[in-house]
Amino acid sequence: MNVKAILLAICLPYAAVAQGFAGLGTEADGFGLPTPDPTFVFPDDHGAHPAYRIEWWYLTANMTGDDGTPYGLQWTLFRSALAPEAGDGWTAPQLWLAHAAVTTPDNHYVAQRIARGGIGQAGVTSDPFEARIDEWALTGDWQTLDMTATGAEFAYDVTLTAEGPLVFHGEDGYSVKSAEGQASYYYSQPFFSLNGTLLLPEGEVAVTGNAWLDREWSSQPLSANQSGWDWFSLSFEDGNKMMGFLLRQTDGDSYSSATWITPEGETTPFPDGAFRAQPLERSPTSGPEVPTTWAVQLPERGVDVTVTAINPDAWMTTSVPYWEGPVTVTGSHEGVGYLEMTGYE
Amino acid sequence: MNRAALHAILSYWRRNPLQLLTLLGGLALATALWSGVQAVNAEARASYDAAANTVDEARFDQLVARDGGVIAQATYVALRRGGWLVSPLIEGEINGVRIVGVDPLTAPGQSIPIALQTGGDIGAFTTTRGQIFAEAATLERLSEVDADLVDLATIPADVAYADIGVVQRLLRRDGEVDVLLVHPEQPLRQGPLRDLAPQLSLREGQTTADVGQLTGSFHLSLTAFGFLSFAVGVFIVNGAIGLAFEQRRGMIRTLRALGLPLGRLMALLALELLVLALIAGVVGVVLGYLIAAALLPGVAGTLNGLYGAEVAGSLQLRPVWWLSGLAIAVGGTAVAAGGALWQMGRLPLLAGAHPRAMTMAAGRRARVQAIIASALLLIAGGLAMTASSLYAGFALLATLLIGAALALPFILDGILRLCGGQARSALGQWFWADTRQQLPGLSLALMALLLAMAANIGVSTMVSSFRLTFLEFLDQRLASELYVSAETAEEASRLVQGLEGEVQAILPIQWVDTLLADTPTEVYGARDDATYRDNWVFLNAADDAWDQVASGNGIVINEQLFRRAGLAVGDRVRIADQPFDIVGVYGDYGNPIGQAVITERIFQQLYPDVTALRFGLRVPDEDVGRVRTLLTDELGIPNAQITNQARLKALSTGIFDRTFIVTDALNVLTLAVAAFAILMSLLTLAAMRIPQLTPVWALGVTRWQLGWLDALRAVMLAAITAVVALPLGLALAWALLAVVNVAAFGWELPMYLFPLDYARLGLSALFAALLAALWPARRLARTPPADLLKVFSHER
Repeated sequence: MNVKAILLAICLPYAAVAQGFAGLGTEADGFGLPTPDPTFVFPDDHGAHPAYRIEWWYLTANMTGDDGTPYGLQWTLFRSALAPEAGDGWTAPQLWLAHAAVTTPDNHYVAQRIARGGIGQAGVTSDPFEARIDEWALTGDWQTLDMTATGAEFAYDVTLTAEGPLVFHGEDGYSVKSAEGQASYYYSQPFFSLNGTLLLPEGEVAVTGNAWLDREWSSQPLSANQSGWDWFSLSFEDGNKMMGFLLRQTDGDSYSSATWITPEGETTPFPDGAFRAQPLERSPTSGPEVPTTWAVQLPERGVDVTVTAINPDAWMTTSVPYWEGPVTVTGSHEGVGYLEMTGYE
Repeated sequence: MNRAALHAILSYWRRNPLQLLTLLGGLALATALWSGVQAVNAEARASYDAAANTVDEARFDQLVARDGGVIAQATYVALRRGGWLVSPLIEGEINGVRIVGVDPLTAPGQSIPIALQTGGDIGAFTTTRGQIFAEAATLERLSEVDADLVDLATIPADVAYADIGVVQRLLRRDGEVDVLLVHPEQPLRQGPLRDLAPQLSLREGQTTADVGQLTGSFHLSLTAFGFLSFAVGVFIVNGAIGLAFEQRRGMIRTLRALGLPLGRLMALLALELLVLALIAGVVGVVLGYLIAAALLPGVAGTLNGLYGAEVAGSLQLRPVWWLSGLAIAVGGTAVAAGGALWQMGRLPLLAGAHPRAMTMAAGRRARVQAIIASALLLIAGGLAMTASSLYAGFALLATLLIGAALALPFILDGILRLCGGQARSALGQWFWADTRQQLPGLSLALMALLLAMAANIGVSTMVSSFRLTFLEFLDQRLASELYVSAETAEEASRLVQGLEGEVQAILPIQWVDTLLADTPTEVYGARDDATYRDNWVFLNAADDAWDQVASGNGIVINEQLFRRAGLAVGDRVRIADQPFDIVGVYGDYGNPIGQAVITERIFQQLYPDVTALRFGLRVPDEDVGRVRTLLTDELGIPNAQITNQARLKALSTGIFDRTFIVTDALNVLTLAVAAFAILMSLLTLAAMRIPQLTPVWALGVTRWQLGWLDALRAVMLAAITAVVALPLGLALAWALLAVVNVAAFGWELPMYLFPLDYARLGLSALFAALLAALWPARRLARTPPADLLKVFSHER
């Protein structure tokens, strides 16, 4: 099956397929729209928000094996609504898409699942919290979470333990995505410690590390002239963390946003322009050539670092392909992190 | 000079427009046959591939309920949550349309229509009313269904696709699934099937090789026909070009005498031929398209009837046909003209025709040809004894046909020599000698006729044998006078109660799909009844076969299963762990898969959840109407659910007869082309023969007599060829029935002979030869005496 088309249909239920990442849900007919000054209620808001068109539970982790080998891990569940209602049975207008990946310095293993909500195959409940598609699951109380996924060549079982509070991006979780005001609700748990086991073709690998879980939902996250994004989540050795993204526009300009997170979980949002990211070097991948070394700056926090992909070929060969993989940080700050790049062709 | 020479060369056609027409016609016809067959072939293959790509659920491993029943949707979810990448499928029938419900999100590759994958609006497909995809004619039958209808021409006829949720709703089967397709690539870890779904068993996907081989054999036989028609076509082109060269010999001599260099002359002639070939090629491709268009419903019918493969019946003129058609026209012309041009190049400047010398040279060639022919026939003999694969079967056909064709002039010469020896009168002796003299010029055309006739005899013998066997088989299979189906188990039991005492016997028709000796098989549970004992014909069976079946120990299997699984009477097989002894093998024609019959009692023990919904009713002929009324009026069974055996038979034979329309039509066309080849050859010879006929005319034989003798000669040669074609055709039929058919379909057909058909065919061949000979004979009879007299005054 040409899943690409299906996925495009999922991501862009009413937009022209050819537009790709551009115009990702630029109209919101009937769907809820994020409004400023949100009040989050937990655990409810860990669950699904079917009234909004798109939502995700997005976890990335930097890990090391016993021998010091760096690994990256991804577990992502997307929800895409065809209509703003939960529904029941096969006609439920909620489609679910999941990606899982394990990145080693030499390999990048990817798996994808697609399913419909309404029949018990996929979905997210808030109390008890369970995010699931097929046998892939993220379950627990957000203090600890168990996470599992399996592909044709890999599997993992890890446990996450929260060592800090949730953090809210933008204005208390209201994250503006363009100058025209497109926005999403966006919070994270960047303080997970992780331990568990990777099952790789070469055998089982015990790993420990840190994970970062993003929660975001909206109905029109991008403006029509935005073609893709470069998203960074960096954890510095001094305990500070930084989330920053660059939304690339078709006119060559870009829109940036960043959140500075102290070890205590205090956040500082930074408006457009404060965060800068400049490609330094491009690498060939299984897909197109993409920048795999970046100069990243947040002058107001004295950040001037080079971000380098651990495995330049972390290309996600999923229905909508993109790049997602672990990175190392050097320069004014040392550390690790994750990089996501979409909309490259 | 070029212009003047070309003008001179082409002026010939202005003076002989009819001949131009026959040359172009011959070439066009040959191209048409070739490209028509290719077109049918390519189109059938393309449609079949498209069908295979869209509906190829069978390619994947499947999880099915052990008891042959439905699978709960909850089981599907449990399996997915246990790490099994499976996709649900449900199917049913609405107004005669097979409607398939799929889940586009989890369906493995190529199990759902292409357009759904690429352009479909997933929301419209899955939610609200849902959409049904099918081709236009099928959609018409679904007009009352509560869903949006979408026309998609690539879906085979009588099949429709919709979302699984929509089909569950339409069939009122919420929460039910029929089959789970298993993705070829499964996750690294998954729960064991026996824990997740103990009631399901894994059925391995049928390798497409099976179906592919079946359809492959059909396409292969069409391709063989294509080559045959091409061969026949080259014979014609050869004849036509030979004629044009022969008749322009004088002009060529004059042009060369006037100083036109040989090389340039040949280049100009080649150019002329190229142009003619291209014109004829274009006409031929269009004609071929028309032939294909006329045959295509037949092709679809053929595949449909034989394999249950549904072919979308649309024909598109593909660029590749243009290319291949034109290439064949030009290539065929080149092959045919090569000899003539070569001969012309070697001809001394002023040489006239030397027919006798040609005959002698031909005699030497004939010896080489005879050796090759014998070698090919020997190989054919060897293959006849050993061939077991499809390709060996076709190699057998090829060596047999080519060997016999090459041997034909040799055989004809022998017969003519024998006849010549018997001739008493001077005219008689001249007639036979003159006929032998003409043989080399006619032999290509006669070979074409031989091939056409042999193919005709062979294929019609096969088809008719098939038909006869099939009709007997239908009598055996459709022994019950009435067939009635119920929609639900309740309706079925009401029906059985209501018919108690009203009919001679009620024969439930119930089956499960399972594996028998690792081969996909339909196992039927049959009631012990005289109907089976009286009507079923075994190919091979124990004496008390039905008794053993009734006792529960015996099983009878169809020939396909017998051959495919390599089983034999006396072998023991297992169904659901119950052992059965094979006690009989029955012919089961036109069925691609294995089938077996056990007794009803054991069947119900093994498959308690299977309820018979169809029944055969044994009713005295005079009571059929009464029982029908009883069914409709008192038991409330809709008419649509009752089938009269006579109607069913008519339906089956109808499907069957459509099946061979294509081969029939190609037979007729091939014969027509052979007649055309004879016509061209005779026309070619006519000009050469004037100098030989003139002395006979001068001795007192009238022109009309000579004309009649010529016509008679053509008919006689055709008659001898027909006599040779008969054993060849029968050998061909045997090869088709006993070798190719077994390799392709898995069953052997008894061979029947149809002398009347052969006589009719022989007569039509003679008639065709006579028709072909009439025009040249008439021309000969009307040759002005002055032309004949000129022979004596010419230097020739």
